[in-house]
Amino acid sequence: MLEISNLHATVGNKEILTGIDLSVKAGEVHAIMGPNGSGKSTLASVLAGREEFDVTEGSVVFQGQDLLEMEPEERARKGIFLAFQYPVEIPGVNNAYLLKAALNEVRKHRAESELDAMDFMAFVKERMDILEIDQSFMNRPVNEGFSGGEKKRNEIFQMAVLEPKLAIMDETDSGLDIDALRIVSSGVNAMRNAERATVVVTHYQRLLNYIVPDFVHVLSGGRIVKSGGKELALELEDKGYSWIEETTETVGS
Amino acid sequence: MAQLVASSPYANAFEQIQRDHAGPAAIADLRRVAFDQFSTHGLPTTSSEEWRFTNVRPIADTTFVPARAVALTHEELASFSVTGALDGWPTIVFVNGHYDAALSSVGELPDGVVVESLANVFSSSSDSLGVEQYLGKGADIRSDSSAFAALNTALFRDGVFVHVAANVVVDHPIEMLFVTTSNSTDLNATESPMTHPRILIVAGENSQIRLVETYAGETDTLYLTNVVTEVVGGENSAIDHYKLVREASAAYHIGHMHLRLNRSANFSSHAITLGGNIVRNDTVAVLDGEGVSCTLNGLYIAKGQRLVDNHTTIHHAKPHCESHELYKGILDDQAHAVFNGKIVVEIDAQKTDAKQTNKALLLSEDAQINTKPELEIFADDVKCTHGATVGQLDADAMFYLRARGLGLEQARSVLIHAFASDLLNRIGIQSIRKDLDELLLAQLSGSGEGGFYEFG
Repeated sequence: MLEISNLHATVGNKEILTGIDLSVKAGEVHAIMGPNGSGKSTLASVLAGREEFDVTEGSVVFQGQDLLEMEPEERARKGIFLAFQYPVEIPGVNNAYLLKAALNEVRKHRAESELDAMDFMAFVKERMDILEIDQSFMNRPVNEGFSGGEKKRNEIFQMAVLEPKLAIMDETDSGLDIDALRIVSSGVNAMRNAERATVVVTHYQRLLNYIVPDFVHVLSGGRIVKSGGKELALELEDKGYSWIEETTETVGS
Repeated sequence: MAQLVASSPYANAFEQIQRDHAGPAAIADLRRVAFDQFSTHGLPTTSSEEWRFTNVRPIADTTFVPARAVALTHEELASFSVTGALDGWPTIVFVNGHYDAALSSVGELPDGVVVESLANVFSSSSDSLGVEQYLGKGADIRSDSSAFAALNTALFRDGVFVHVAANVVVDHPIEMLFVTTSNSTDLNATESPMTHPRILIVAGENSQIRLVETYAGETDTLYLTNVVTEVVGGENSAIDHYKLVREASAAYHIGHMHLRLNRSANFSSHAITLGGNIVRNDTVAVLDGEGVSCTLNGLYIAKGQRLVDNHTTIHHAKPHCESHELYKGILDDQAHAVFNGKIVVEIDAQKTDAKQTNKALLLSEDAQINTKPELEIFADDVKCTHGATVGQLDADAMFYLRARGLGLEQARSVLIHAFASDLLNRIGIQSIRKDLDELLLAQLSGSGEGGFYEFG
């Protein structure tokens, strides 16, 4: 589904991604771990099409198409969803409006009919229950005045409604309390299926107790320095990121 | 220094008014004083502090003559009206400054409510409700910055008189619609029409009323609307005022509103400026009794090379009054806006609570705003806050919306609409709010040249 080859990206004059290779197939869950500043969030942002980053080398192919050629909205409509590390507050736009507009853009792209207000509410109701989201939430402005946990829950709720092919979660677990972590994880797990791929970017192993990955990759210095199964996450937890950094330095020298 | 005015057209207009439509002797005297003031000062220039950023040279350079009466059909009128006339509201219509009885329909008003053409009041034998007692008592015509108000006072031919007796509640909003349309056959090529509508609102004790002033004009017509509105809010009266400036994109609109609010009165105004080449909205509120609450809100949208200037002055003269101001502007291309918010707290006005906010959204590098708060506080136990922000569309929010599948134009219009939404939400008359909302959304979604938010 997603083929990343030798991806280099810079912001300003600084190279953040220094050659990433990653292959993600439908049905798989990949965890990308790494210390702060290793390029995890940059990778997520580049995949979603954030313009501050310049891709200087390499390629990203999504379902046989050149992803890097696409505008952010085109990527979203084709099934890429980024759950933001810092969801943006948008005063004056309520959740229902955004969600309905987003859903209808995706449906238009899939050549499905647009939903009216009634059908839309019926469609989202079930997903609201899974994520324990209250009805009143729909009329609140997007993320405005939300707690950190509410913002993250909102991201996963949007994901549940938009049913992406590739879900990218950028540190969705950071700062979550135990309840929120449970709710968010069960939302993600409820969406796991054979057609959908998930990339979970995280700093901490804790999330992976809830969302069990098929593969774990460790990012350091802008590239993947180690890949393995879910046990790699535990090893990391045990030995800390310094273990990886020491290893790579040895490799590099 | 005053700008030199090609004075003869104004002098001719003044002579004509004094000859045929002067009104009662006291009003004729007032007109004479006003015209003298105007002749002395001339139109303001940018060397006047109050007009520093608003150059009315294009107005001074145009020869304006009084607009002639033109008959419009209901259908033609409907194309100018945002709302109101079709909703069965009491509506009073002026075409080219002339009261149009056929288009007006005040319907059945409660006892104690008068909505009448000022010229009709003057031509009737008695002035039992005291127009002379109020007219010209509010708006300043003597300072060098108030030449337009002086010109209006000298030249107004007609306008609206609204009087609400004590304890009367008027259910329906009263709409005042001022339309200017071309009558080019009557004009020399070098002349443009002008109107000077005059509005006087007197709300008695404990009365309650909502008013909508709408200004519109025929597309591409160059004309001047120079209006003065005076409002007297009686003790504990509640007045909700809306001003919708939808003038033609070539037109000039200068408006002056003066409010005198007595004890415990509650006044709110919403000035929505969507059209006009140069638009100036002056509002002066005198909070002249304890416990007055005064809200002045404004929304202005301009593109091209238009200029919108909102000047507000709030005089806190008595203790325990509150004032709230929220003005928001959306500017594109080389549009220019001015916001000047003056708050005067007099020495007796303890426990004043005044809040002023101006926010501007600039959609292009060349759009600009001059925003200035002016606080003159002589009392020592007051709460006065002011804030101004100028910004562009939030890049993070843009990306967030696009990452959810909204296209660039849609994301942009969603955010622009969101910026305006808190002001729209404060509009208490649902049909106006809804119509403006739809107007805004429709204009925002119409992408491409000239279709972005062309309201004029």
